[in-house]
Amino acid sequence: MVPLNWYLMLSAVVFMIGVFGFLTRKNIIIMFMSVELMLNGVNISLVAFSHYLQDMRGQILVFFIITVAAAEAAIGLAIIIALFRNKSTAHVDEMNEMKG
Amino acid sequence: MLAKLFFGYYAAVIVILSLLVVTRKNPVRSVMWMLLLFFHIASLYLFLNAEFIAAIQVIVYAGAILVLFLFVVLLLNLREELKVKRFIGSWPAGLFVSAAILAIVINVIRSFVLAAPPGKYSIEYIKEATHTKALGTILYTEYLFPFEIASLVLLIAIIGAIVLAKRKTRSH
Repeated sequence: MVPLNWYLMLSAVVFMIGVFGFLTRKNIIIMFMSVELMLNGVNISLVAFSHYLQDMRGQILVFFIITVAAAEAAIGLAIIIALFRNKSTAHVDEMNEMKG
Repeated sequence: MLAKLFFGYYAAVIVILSLLVVTRKNPVRSVMWMLLLFFHIASLYLFLNAEFIAAIQVIVYAGAILVLFLFVVLLLNLREELKVKRFIGSWPAGLFVSAAILAIVINVIRSFVLAAPPGKYSIEYIKEATHTKALGTILYTEYLFPFEIASLVLLIAIIGAIVLAKRKTRSH
């Protein structure tokens, strides 16, 4: 039997790799993929908790997270397309209109 | 022992694939590594007796979301984007922040013990009721209202995506 802590550590590592990618990449598409990576890290820990607590509610939460991730991906990619149409670049450091 | 070996394989591959996803220069390659990563995560869910979640991981994540990503990557022609550096100038700061938070979280997890009593959905119960049926029973009774809200979220996402990506037409 694999201990629950191993799953939680794996989940933390995947989440933090996602954080690293989101903070450091220039390409906005890969930043969005890092967000998906973070959501997957959380899903791993939720399913592990659900298994070890013998409770299905964690998996319900995973179900909703996947729904929201799909919505987020659709809207985010639409924003990227609109951005690319106006600026013809996918690099975030060339977008500084909102800077005060 | 065999279970730990399986988990070790999946954990190692998942970590390596996530690193590949965030460090590759070409977004198409990142998407492909992510596809493999999602299949491994789905196998991990199977390992945790969550068949339905594994199925929707493959269908929704690998089948729908990643295809959407691939579609956008191929739609935007990123030829000249590939020539510049992939990380921002201050990437060591980002590495430091994420490594520091990871160290804190790992330290917390190491001393974590599960103290709550186990619920009624044991493996035998799920095996008898089948996983999808057990999940659906909770989803359509206890979580009916959140389920309806989720459908509303998806509707808003569809409308929002169309409005955002639509080309402005000349109004007369």
